[in-house]
This record gives sequence, structure tokens and C-alpha cells, in this order.
Amino acid sequence: MNMTIVYTIVSLSAIGTLSAVILYFVAQKFKVYEDPRIDDVEKALPGANCGGCGFAGCRAFAEACVNADELSGLFCPVGGNDTMTGVAEILGMEAVAQTPKVAVVRCGGSCDHRPKVNKFDGASSCAVTASLYSGETGCQFGCLSHGDCVAACDFDAIHMNPETGLPEVIDEKCVACGACVDACPKNLIELRKKAPKDRKVYVSCRNEDKGGVARKSCEVACIGCGKCAKVCPFDAITVANNLAYIDPDKCKLCRKCVVECPTNAIVEVNFPPRKPKTDLPPTPAAEKPAAPKAEKPAAEKKPAADEKNDNNETK
Amino acid sequence: MSKLLTISPSPHVHTSDSVNKIMYRVILALVPALVWSVFMFGVEAMRVTLLAVIACMAFEYLIQRFITKEEPKITDGSAALTGILLAFNVPASLPSWIIIIGALIAIGVGKLSFGGLGNNPFNPALVGRVFLLISFPVQMTSWPVNIHVQTDAVTTATPLAILKEGIKNGQPVSDLMHNLPSSLDLLYGNMSGSMGEISAALLLLGFAYMLWKKVITWHIPVFILGTIFVFQGGLHLINPDKFIEPLFHLLTGGAMLGAIYMATDMVTSPMTHKGQFIYALGIGIITVLIRNFGAYPEGISFAILILNGFTPLINAYVKPKRFGGKK
Amino acid sequence: MLKTFKLGGVHPAENKFSANKAIEKLALPKSVFIPVAQHIGAPAQTLVKKGDQVKVGQIIAKAGGFVSANIHSSVSGTVKKVDLATDASGYPKQGIFIDVEGDEWEEGIITDDKLVEKFDTDGKAIIDKINAAGIVGLGGATFPTHVKLMPPPGSKAEMLIINGVECEPYLTADHRLMLEKGSELLVGIRILMCALSVDKAYIGIENNKKDAIASLQNLTASDSSIEIVPLKVKYPQGGEKQLIKAVTGREVPSGALPIAVGAVVSNVGTAYAVYEAVQKNKPLIERVVTVTGRSVKNPSNFMVRVGTPVKELIEAAGGLPDDTGKIISGGPMMGKAIASTDVPVTKGTSGILIMPDTDAKRKTSQNCIRCGRCVTVCPMGLEPFLLMTVSEKQIWDRAEKDCIMDCIECGSCSFTCPADRPLLDYIRLGKGKVGQIIRSRKK
Repeated sequence: MNMTIVYTIVSLSAIGTLSAVILYFVAQKFKVYEDPRIDDVEKALPGANCGGCGFAGCRAFAEACVNADELSGLFCPVGGNDTMTGVAEILGMEAVAQTPKVAVVRCGGSCDHRPKVNKFDGASSCAVTASLYSGETGCQFGCLSHGDCVAACDFDAIHMNPETGLPEVIDEKCVACGACVDACPKNLIELRKKAPKDRKVYVSCRNEDKGGVARKSCEVACIGCGKCAKVCPFDAITVANNLAYIDPDKCKLCRKCVVECPTNAIVEVNFPPRKPKTDLPPTPAAEKPAAPKAEKPAAEKKPAADEKNDNNETK
Repeated sequence: MSKLLTISPSPHVHTSDSVNKIMYRVILALVPALVWSVFMFGVEAMRVTLLAVIACMAFEYLIQRFITKEEPKITDGSAALTGILLAFNVPASLPSWIIIIGALIAIGVGKLSFGGLGNNPFNPALVGRVFLLISFPVQMTSWPVNIHVQTDAVTTATPLAILKEGIKNGQPVSDLMHNLPSSLDLLYGNMSGSMGEISAALLLLGFAYMLWKKVITWHIPVFILGTIFVFQGGLHLINPDKFIEPLFHLLTGGAMLGAIYMATDMVTSPMTHKGQFIYALGIGIITVLIRNFGAYPEGISFAILILNGFTPLINAYVKPKRFGGKK
Repeated sequence: MLKTFKLGGVHPAENKFSANKAIEKLALPKSVFIPVAQHIGAPAQTLVKKGDQVKVGQIIAKAGGFVSANIHSSVSGTVKKVDLATDASGYPKQGIFIDVEGDEWEEGIITDDKLVEKFDTDGKAIIDKINAAGIVGLGGATFPTHVKLMPPPGSKAEMLIINGVECEPYLTADHRLMLEKGSELLVGIRILMCALSVDKAYIGIENNKKDAIASLQNLTASDSSIEIVPLKVKYPQGGEKQLIKAVTGREVPSGALPIAVGAVVSNVGTAYAVYEAVQKNKPLIERVVTVTGRSVKNPSNFMVRVGTPVKELIEAAGGLPDDTGKIISGGPMMGKAIASTDVPVTKGTSGILIMPDTDAKRKTSQNCIRCGRCVTVCPMGLEPFLLMTVSEKQIWDRAEKDCIMDCIECGSCSFTCPADRPLLDYIRLGKGKVGQIIRSRKK
């Protein structure tokens, strides 16, 4: 009996030792040299493996950084400038600072503004819907409300608002990886430069139809009238294909265009309520007879939005 | 137009068949065998079945409601079916608490831990059954005598157990034959064994019903039974003293129940007919091997579970014949 | 034992309500909208402008390339505008609006119904005439017919297969055409055979159209070159590849065209249009459209001018029922749901199917129970459950490897799925994406 135990211990130890020796030599023989800095860089990265940098994952990005001659063109949108500075330190290179960006949904066609003209009943996916037809509303450019962007987000930074039927970005969580931009079949989402206090002014519309057609399907559609472009003191607004676009690099957030827009297609986010604001909404209403409808929900919504969270206001 | 028209991708029509209908039809197909087991084992059989069904449905509801936090889907009939199949695979005298443990393992471990209906790699009822068989071997192999026999004995042995014991003691099969029920008895179900497995004829009736309603196709059951027949037949020809004739194996030990109702579980069987053939072949061979050479007298449960494990592999490698010949 | 294709297939309820209704000529609409892209290939180029006077049969848009087709005015009147409007595709498309004034036909078009059997046997001239008449496949795919009639160098057509299967439930347009215009149809087939220089033609007809089979068999009793092939009723037998398999037993290789096995397939509607174009100089300006549905008062088959708004057809069939939940352009298996009754009838519109609310909604999709029925019914031998999953998860290389491009989008998988999963929705998406990837790779 005792001998059994002894045999067991001896034989197991012998096998163990033998395996260890074999493993040691095999490990020596097949050793692959890898730059230790890759591990260091990878540790400095957020480890989200989101692919926002354009590489397959954080390790692939780390390898690319180590092998690169300079860091321009390599940027981790999730970690931002801090992370890149860390990476640059490890590699002894210069970090190229980039302005932080944030995803912005450029459609304001909520259920109030953009009535449905049919009912979609199929796989709940924007991609499927878009491949089938123009969408549930009269606007063929607008949000399809199935939330492909929400599904694509790894950071829980974009959510559907069930009341408006539009996705909303949570600026603090958004890392500008661009997954939602790729997921949206209507190309509604844009990565725009982050401004102080998360302030934003942008055209919340992608409708390229002629003004009348656009307006018919959505009350807050850009009709391409060009008033905003005329009023902009910084030359930041261009109008093409019946659609205005505000260049985030040129825009100085003066908000003159917001006041000027007859359809409220240009929106401002996270600005303190301005004093003359209460007088403003009626001004375009007086100019355009068709506007009152549009003004009502907007006017109702604004105070409510101010109370809870300015983020929700317009997206 | 006041009402909005619906837009959806084609096709715009749909078969009237549904998951629920499939499940309830399988349950319906099992009813004759259930009636027979109640006839043979009395109220006890009813107790085991009801308890197993209720326990399975209750566990499904509770787990979905409180643990996985999804909409409970007990009305789809799959939990009830698992309950019935579990009950069919245990002796009618099994204590209630063991049945409840079996139901918990079947539903909790066998099914919901993998994500519920459609995601379980193994047949839940068999997971429960095999768990019980290994954990409570005594209770799980105490077969009650049927209520129509006038005897003082409380338990008896299944035909397969008698056979196995005899062969182990070196008796030739021909000597054992008079201890075993006749083929006719086996066919209509006058033998001891698990509740649902005893009447081959009524199980076949349910099979016919399922074929008629197109719940399942004939491939898996026929291939399994065919494999058992051919393999066992071959062994029998080689050594008739050690290996009994194949018909005996088809009619005993839940071969019918397993082949028709357990192996055909859609979730855990391959999708293509070619794959199903491989799957059934494996089940048949392993069943015969276990029955003749293994420790257990009965092997189809293990065989099915083992081949369940191979199903994803079979699905991945056995592709249907493509139109136009491209492989 | 009737012939059919081997792999897969389903049998949805046939519901051919309008099978006994003779084709009626629909009254002229007040105005028409004729899209310039009614076919596969390049859109046609508009030749008219606002204010132009046009006659019936006048060419108003010229083919935009080899794979394209001419568009002719289906009415006489004034061009109101050339603008965008939503057609059955669900997207706004360029088209020509014409206000109807009278019914004046272009010179040279014979409008009587007299059967003309003799035709000029010059194949080139026939193809030119077909090309000029803007004829496309009327079965629904709308592939320009003249392209089909000119096999690529190196391949040779051995036979012509005429598709009279009409496997889509509800639809009866082809059925009625075969029954009522049998003689014209046969002349059209002979013309096509001459253009292809083949000496054998088969007409595949499903066995639920016994009267059409009998009447065509009568008409071809003395002609051994045209054979009527009754087929077992099974969807999607009208699919080109399935039909070839059913009639000849040949299998078109994956990714290849029917010409690879020496077959050219044409719809009966196309053959009739060819007859009219070659014998009567009449371009493709009207077609037979079935208007049907469970709740439709008077299911009918109409001869309709292209461009007529769908609502006029529905009015003629007894009006839109109150419980309408969905309107489908085409059959229930492959048709497209339309959002408004203003969309026009185009060359590819084979039917208008109206579904009540109760039938319009899909059931909630459940977990896949891996029953394998989608695999069993797939006529192309694919694994729809797998293709759906990889498309949903966007694993495009895997989708390509598992032959997603072979999918003919017949919908048998979605039809048969007991868990009501939107299989085809995602497969179609994946097919589109993989197609893009393959094209970009070629460039």
C-alpha cells in the first residue's frame, strides 16, 4: 500500500520534470522575438478593441505604433490625447494632438415633426429597411429609427429616444470611434469637433429634396434657402443639393444661423438660455405663414428640455 | 388614407406552422404511450408525469422571470415536452423529490443556462435523466412491477437487465429466452422499464402521427433503428450465444422512445439529411456498443447525448447539396 | 409522375381567385407616370420635355446602353413634366408624367386583333424589332429580352423554355394569357425560336392550370417542335434555374447563366409581347395585371397601359377594401409592398395583391429551434439559418463562402420558418453587401 503511494509520487514527479525540460527546450527553440514595447503600448491603450483607430484591435494598433516612424495618422479616439501622449512617451516620439470629436446625429425628424406615411413590419434593422425602400416617413434621407447605431456602439453612448424615435448621443460616453457612422445606412451621423462645454451648432437634417418636397415630409427639414449661409460671418456654411452644411472647423458657435433658419433645422445644443430667446421663436413664425405648426412643438419642448438635460433637446 | 399601409420585405405569406404547434403536436403524439403507462403502473405514473411537467414549467417560469429576466415563454410547450420526456425516462416509482431535482437540472442546466429554447446543445430531458441515473442509481433502476401482476415482489428487472446479467454469468442467450418477455409482449408493452418506453407499438403510432403532420421527417428514427438492427444483427450472426437477435434490442430499453422522440429533438440534431444520417449512425452504433459491452444495460440516452455533442460539428462540415453542384 | 425540380420547394395556398376571369381592357387613365427605369440595367434617357405632344407607342425614352430598354408612351396626350416620383421600388425615380388626351396611335402600329402567323425569318431583324419595342422579361425580373436573345460568343442556345409556370400564389395573368391568346403566343414562341435559331421549345406549365395545358396541347398537336410540359405544383418552379431543372433535368452551375446549359428562358407574357412587336409593330406599352386578394370584391385580370396608377386598377376591381393592411406589387412570395396606390404599373408589374390587416402583419419572431426546415425547402441547397446569422453579424467572408450569392430570394425559407424568423430580410441584405464586395474586388 505504502509502496503504491511512493510509486505514484515518484512517477508523477518524473513525468513532471521531464515535461518541464521538454517544454523549456521547445520554448527556447521556438522563441519569437517581439518588441517589448508593444506590450507596454498595449497596456497604455484603453483595451476596448473597438477598432475606432482603424486597426483590428488594441494590440494591432500598438504594433502599428511601435513600427511607425512617427505618430501622425495614428490616433486612438477612445483614449484621446492623454493616451496618445502616454504612447508617445513610451516610444520616445512626438504625439500629434487631435481635437476630440463627438458623434452628432444630423436628423431632427422626430415623430412630431415627421409623420409616418406607412408602417414597416420586418426585421428591425435600418440596413434591411434601407435596402427595401425609402422609409416609414415621406423623407427618404431621414432616420429609420431601428437603432443600428445603438447596436453598433460598444460604449453605451447612443440610445434611442422612444418619444422622438431618434437616437441620442451621450457626449460624455462617446469616444468618437465611428462605429455608428459606419452603421447608419442613411449617413446621418457625423463626427464633429468637440467644443467647450459640449456646445454644438449644426444642421440637423440631411434632406436633399427640393424645399417644398422636403418641407412637406418634415417640418424641421432644411429647405436649402441659404439664409444661414448669408448671415454667417465666418463663411462656415455651404449650401449644396438643397442642403446646408456647417463646417465645424470654421464655425465659431455664434448662433446667428440658428435664429435665421426658417424651419428650425439648425440647432444649438448646451448653450445657456439667451435672454431674447423668448421673443425669438415667433420671429420666423411671423415671416413664414407655414411655420406655426413647426413652432408649437419646438416651443413646448424647449423649456422641458432645459429642465432635465440640454443634451436631449435637439438630437 | 387614414390608416397606414404596412410595408415589409417579401415573402408576404407564411406557413401556418409554428414552434408552439410543433411542440404541442409532439406532446399529442406522446399521449397514447402516456395512457398505456398509466394503465400499466397506475396512479404513480400520473403522479410522476404531472410532477415532472409542472416542475419543468415552474422552473422555466421562475428562472426566466427572476434570473435571466426575460419574458417567460412557458406557453411555447417546450418545457412541458421536456417534462413529459423526463417522466417517460424514469421508473414510475421514482420519489417526487428526485423528479423535482431532475426537472431543475433538465430546465436549469440543460436548457436555460445555454440561453433557452434553440440554444441548448444537449437534449434537456436527457440531461436531467442521465444526471439522475448517475446521481441516484438505485432509485433510477428500481423498476416497479405493473399493477396487473399478482405478486409480492415490489420491483423487477428490465428485459435488458435480465439479459445483461445472464450473459455476464455465462449463460447462452438461448437459455435466457424463457426469462424474457416474448416479442409480442415487448411490442405492445408488457414489460418493466421506464414509464414511457415500454410500449413500442404506441410510440410508433405517435411516430406515424408526427410524420403525417410533418412535425419530423422519417430520417433520424429510421436510420437509428436501422443501424441498431444491422449492427446487432451482425453481432448476432457472429455469436448467437452472446448476442441476442436484433429485434429484441429495437423493442426494449427505450430504443423507440429515444430514436423517435429524443434523438429527433430539432434543436440538438443536425439540419441536413446527410448530417442526420451520420448522427443516427453514431447513435445506433454507440447504443449497441453500450448495451453489449458497456456497464449499463441500456445505452441510447448516452448515445444521444454524445451525438448531440457532435451536432454542431456535423452542421459545420456536412453541407447540403448545393444547386449547381458547387460544394 | 409529373416533372418538377428536385431540391427544396414549398407549396403555399394557391388562392387563384381570378383564374376564371377573362382579361378585360382597363379604361384609359386620366394621367400616367412612366418611370424611365423599368428594367434591369441602365435607365433609359428621356427624349421628351414638358409640353410635348406624344402618341401611343411613340418612343419617349431611349435605351441607356446595351443592357437597357426603350420606353414608349402608353397613351396619347401632353407631357406634363419630367420629374421624380415614388414607384414600386419605394424610392423616388425619374419618370415622365403624361396627361391623357384621346387615344391616338403612332402610325404603323396595327391595332386589330387578327392573328398574323407568317413572319420574316431573319433573326437579326427580329432581334432589332424586339430591341426597338423595348421588350423586357415580363415575369418580374424585367431583364431586356434582346440581350437574352444574343448569347455571348462561345455559347449556343439549344432550346427555348417558355415559363408558363406562374408559381406565385394568387396571380393568374400568365394563366389567362395562355388560355386566351394561345395562338398568338405560339407565333411569338416561333419568332423567338427563329431569333435564337433553335428548333425545340418547351412550355412549362404547372398542373393547376389544366385548361391552359389542354388548350395549348391542342394548338401544338401538329407541331412537334413545341412541347407542353405539365409540371407538379411547387414553388419556386418559376425560378429560371428551377424551371430548367424541372423541364430538362439540367442544372445551371452556380454563378452561371441558363445559356451555360444551352437554355434560354422567357416568360409567356414576353413571348406574347414579342408577337405583338414583330407582327403588329406594337411596342411594349401594356401588359396583363392581376388584381386580387382575399377581400377584393371582384378579383380580375386587366390589360393595363404601362404607367397607369395602381389605384385605378383597384377601383376597377371593386375598390380598396376597408380592412386593407398591405398592398403588394407582384405575388405574395416575391412581390414588393407599396406604400401608396399612386405608384404606376410598370413593365414588371404582374399583379396587385391586396391583403387584409389580419394577413398583413408578421408574427413575432422567436428563437431559431434549428429544425432545419429552411435547409430542406431551399431550392438552391443553401443554409438560410446560417446565412441569416452571418449577415446579421456582418461576417461577409463566411456568407460568401456559404454561397449567399446563389440565393434567388424566393422566400421559401422565411415562408416555412416555424419560428417566424426574418431569414430572407437579412439574407437579402447580406447578398447586397457581398455583391458589393465582390464587385469592388474585381475592379
